[in-house]
Amino acid sequence: MLEIKNLRASVGGKEILKGIDLAVGRGEVHAVMGPNGSGKSTLAGVLAGRHEYEVTGGSVTYDGRDLLDLDPEERARAGVFLAFQYPVEIPGVNNAYFLRAALNAIRKHRGEPEIDAMGFMALIRDKLSLLGMDQALMNRPVNDGFSGGEKKRNEIFQMAVLEPKLAILDETDSGLDIDALKVVAGGVNALRGPDRSAIVVTHYQRLLDYIVPDFVHVLSGGRIVRSGGKDLALELEDRGYGWLDTEARPA
Amino acid sequence: MATLTASPTAAGHYAAAIERAERDRLHEPAWLRGARRSAAEAFGRMGVPTVRDEEWRATNVAPIADTPFVPAPPASVPAEEAARFLVPGLAGPRLVFVNGRYAAELSAPGVRSAGVAVSTIADAIEHAPEPLESCLTRHRDYAGHPFAALNTALFDDGALVTVADNTVADEPIQLVFLSTVTSAPAMSAPRVLVWLGRNSHATLIETFGSLGPASGFTNAVTDVVVGEGSVLDHCRVQRESESAFHVGRTEFRLGRSSRSSSHAVALGGRIARHDALAVLGDEGASCTLNGLYLAGGRQLIDNHTEIDHARPHGTSHELYKGILGGRARGVFNGRIRVRPDAQKTDAKQTNKALLLSDEAQINSKPQLEIFANDVRCTHGATVGQLNQDALFYLRTRGIGLDDARSLLVTAFAADVTSRVGLEPLRAELDRLLAARLPGLLAGEVRR
Repeated sequence: MLEIKNLRASVGGKEILKGIDLAVGRGEVHAVMGPNGSGKSTLAGVLAGRHEYEVTGGSVTYDGRDLLDLDPEERARAGVFLAFQYPVEIPGVNNAYFLRAALNAIRKHRGEPEIDAMGFMALIRDKLSLLGMDQALMNRPVNDGFSGGEKKRNEIFQMAVLEPKLAILDETDSGLDIDALKVVAGGVNALRGPDRSAIVVTHYQRLLDYIVPDFVHVLSGGRIVRSGGKDLALELEDRGYGWLDTEARPA
Repeated sequence: MATLTASPTAAGHYAAAIERAERDRLHEPAWLRGARRSAAEAFGRMGVPTVRDEEWRATNVAPIADTPFVPAPPASVPAEEAARFLVPGLAGPRLVFVNGRYAAELSAPGVRSAGVAVSTIADAIEHAPEPLESCLTRHRDYAGHPFAALNTALFDDGALVTVADNTVADEPIQLVFLSTVTSAPAMSAPRVLVWLGRNSHATLIETFGSLGPASGFTNAVTDVVVGEGSVLDHCRVQRESESAFHVGRTEFRLGRSSRSSSHAVALGGRIARHDALAVLGDEGASCTLNGLYLAGGRQLIDNHTEIDHARPHGTSHELYKGILGGRARGVFNGRIRVRPDAQKTDAKQTNKALLLSDEAQINSKPQLEIFANDVRCTHGATVGQLNQDALFYLRTRGIGLDDARSLLVTAFAADVTSRVGLEPLRAELDRLLAARLPGLLAGEVRR
């Protein structure tokens, strides 16, 4: 489904990703962990098409297509979704209007008929309750004045509505208390299935208690220095990230 | 007080037009001829302003000075064409003027409420000169306002709206001023007086429009008097062609505990200047002066506002927003004056501009002149481009770049239009903006 080969990327002339290799199969959940500044968010941003990241080498193939050749909206329509670490507040743009426009852009791309306001409200009702979200949030501007927890729920709610094939969760757990974390994880798990894959970017193992990954990768200094099963996350929780630097450093 | 530098040669053809008008108007009552004469003299002293005048520093009206505009000829406009400039879904009285002249066949002056009168200025001069006579003769000071003086000297017609004491005009009143394409450069000078007695309420919509690519000069003046305890809702929509010249002045005089709420929307004009003045002349008056302007290509849209807090306990709220694409220029100058007597004034001014292209420009200048000590006055100005993070966010949800930009610009504008209380008018403004946006956004360089 997704194949990243020797991916290099810089921001403002500084190389952040120094050759990433990662393959995500259909239905798999991969956790990408690592210390601050290791390049986790850069990786998520490059996959979603953030323009300030310059890809300087390597390739990313998604469903047989060159992902890096696509505009952010084309990636979204093809089924890629980024849950932002810091969701953007957009004053003046109604949340429901925005999400229906997004859904219809994706439906149109899939050759499905557009959905009207009534049909949309019916469609989102269950998903709102899945994320424990008040319907009143739909009538507010996108993320504007939302609490940190509401913003993160809104990200996962959008994901539940748009039903991506590849979800990239960028530090979705940051700033969430344990109850909110469980709700958000429940939303992600509800979307798991044989055709849906996810990359869960996180600093802490905590989220992975609730979203259990198939694979765990450790990113450090712009490279994946270690890969393993879900037990690797527990090991990191015990030992921290320090030991990896020493082991990974070339002799 | 800034001084004007007269431009005598440039004003020559205006002087000729004034002379002709004086000869043609010997039938007018003496008070009016007197008012026109002193206005003509005031204009003669000032001339068309130049960029050396502080109030016109950012707006060069040399094309208005130099073009030999002649009085616009009569023209007829099909009803369906004129209807495009009426707010859909609004019943109520409407007066339509074409090239400054009343078009009876396009108008419906009938009113439903007793105590409300909507007539032409020409009618009023002949049959019921008050309150027009007072407005044009008493305390009229044209200093610094040459175009207002020119309007008084030259106006052919316009509208008089009066609302008696304790009267609610329950239908919005629409005034529409249309310009047609003419063979020679043409000018018109529509004049409006709106007069509300005590404890009355009215809603007024003024629309200025062009039929086709009209490139004439509209020089409009609207005087609004809001009596004690009265409420006026006002909207001014300037949607002339992008080759038109437009200068407008709107003056609100607010009585004790009265309230005016005005929205000025400017979309058209090669050079378009609007001056709004609100005088809070008695205690407890409150005024809202909002504005929204969109300019692309090589348009220049200038908004000058002045809020004069003369008496205590006045409140003013001002929000102006501009959206500029192409090589357009915007000018915002917001003066708030708080006189020594105007204690407990609460004044807030905000102005924001959104630049859609690297070549668009805004000149923005707040001017707070505060001479009372127990007041609250705030102002804030921002200039920015579309938020790249918000654009990226929308795109990651599948919304295309053009639609994402349009969503963000619309949201920026809706901050003003959403404050318009009258739903059909709000919807019409949103529709006008939506129709204008694709052209405006098309000029932007893609990132």
